[in-house]
Amino acid sequence: MRKSLALAAMLAWEDVKQAYRRSTIGPFWITASMAVQIGSMGVVFGIIFHTPLFEYLPFLASSIILWSLISVTVVEGCMAFISAEGMIKQLDMPLFIYSVRVVIRNSITLIHNIVIIPLVFLAVGHPMSWQVILLIPGLVIVIANLSWMVVVLGMVSARFRDIPQTVAAAMTIIYFITPVMWQPKLVPDSQAHWLLGLNPFYHLLQLLRLPFLSAVPTLENWLLSCGFALVGWAITALTFKKFGKQIAYWV
Amino acid sequence: MAHIKFDSVSVEFPIFNANGRSLTSRLLEAATGGRLDRDPDGRVMVRALHGLDFEIVEGERVGLIGHNGAGKSTLLRVLSRVYWPQLGKAKIAGNVTSLIDIGLGINPEATGRENVFIRGALLGLSKQELTAKFDEIVAFSELGDFIEMPVRTYSSGMHLRLAFAVSTVVRPEILLMDEWLSVGDESFKHKAEERLTNLVDTAKILVIASHSRDLLEKTCTRALWLEHGQVKMDAPVHEVTKAYFGN
Repeated sequence: MRKSLALAAMLAWEDVKQAYRRSTIGPFWITASMAVQIGSMGVVFGIIFHTPLFEYLPFLASSIILWSLISVTVVEGCMAFISAEGMIKQLDMPLFIYSVRVVIRNSITLIHNIVIIPLVFLAVGHPMSWQVILLIPGLVIVIANLSWMVVVLGMVSARFRDIPQTVAAAMTIIYFITPVMWQPKLVPDSQAHWLLGLNPFYHLLQLLRLPFLSAVPTLENWLLSCGFALVGWAITALTFKKFGKQIAYWV
Repeated sequence: MAHIKFDSVSVEFPIFNANGRSLTSRLLEAATGGRLDRDPDGRVMVRALHGLDFEIVEGERVGLIGHNGAGKSTLLRVLSRVYWPQLGKAKIAGNVTSLIDIGLGINPEATGRENVFIRGALLGLSKQELTAKFDEIVAFSELGDFIEMPVRTYSSGMHLRLAFAVSTVVRPEILLMDEWLSVGDESFKHKAEERLTNLVDTAKILVIASHSRDLLEKTCTRALWLEHGQVKMDAPVHEVTKAYFGN
């Protein structure tokens, strides 16, 4: 088990390093492109939403960075097994390492990006308080959720090759219907229940974002996210038990 | 205890993108290769292995022969625990290393040094073991200072020497090979031969697929002749090669 995790971490690290090789500013590309995206969107959407930068920019920075952890992991998770075909067909390794690899790789990317958040807060003079430590349990729950999604999506994608494109398209839609660039408070209270409450990605995002914005995620956010993880892992365990041995034939 | 026991093992591949009726019905009559069939849902299945029964005990050197598509590679994949048979039981006791593709995992953009650790990790070696054996691997591969250069700068010979030097560090109980590995120029070939022979000798079970009569007779004690995914003959190597290759 420890050996498998070490192997997954090594493969993930190699993936990240691969992106830096022969590039002058290397790892800073990840951070720099994210910073530029936040800066430009912040100014434009701040104007459109009539929100002062002092309030909007910290919201947007934490939103986009944490959302990209969720959405990129889900989209890349579809390719976890497909892209590891060569290894799967030759190595006697537990298949979950290819899923763990995707999760670790995206966690490393998050570490690159997360440094932007305090910088943005500093730049606009927005305070950050003790709630930020709630990021840690939040991340644990979000990663527990992402992990099962990556396993299931990787498996289904190996069998049905239309799934990766479908998921990529779906994540774009979810990006717009989830309050990532628009603030949840813009939704009228009467509509909030179905528009936000029923969207599991909203709860996951709140777990990660509110700690930066000096707020505590609601009990509903915590419970639904944990429940989502439990149900997800139950489904994953059943599917993997039934179809796990066929993955090598599918890739 | 290294031990392999197959109990009416069958392996079938689902082919998801073959739907043309006329084409598949013609394929069904194909003379060589695995058998094509339809499962109850109407999907096309390739039957790569069908009802294999055999046992391999410690000390045996087994050669696999048969035409292309007879099921040799599939059998090697079942032996390396990659394919789980849909029917029957394949019991494989002992740690297995497959040297079918010794270049697996080698990243051309990474340096030789990094690749020693990547390739080594994929073979199940720990970082400590690799650090301990690192100098020996570099010396054997004759790469010298090139070990710090990206592998894409290597000649194909250097590339192979690196892959070979790392891949032969393992000491598995069950060793699987697809043809004998031969790398490099004359002087290196000799060295490689010696190292590979040593690796093969320390393995408790060897299974090697080959089309070479010389190799099989030299290396193996027993041979399995596969045809259409079934065992056509399972006997001491000389009897099988005689039947397969003729006198």
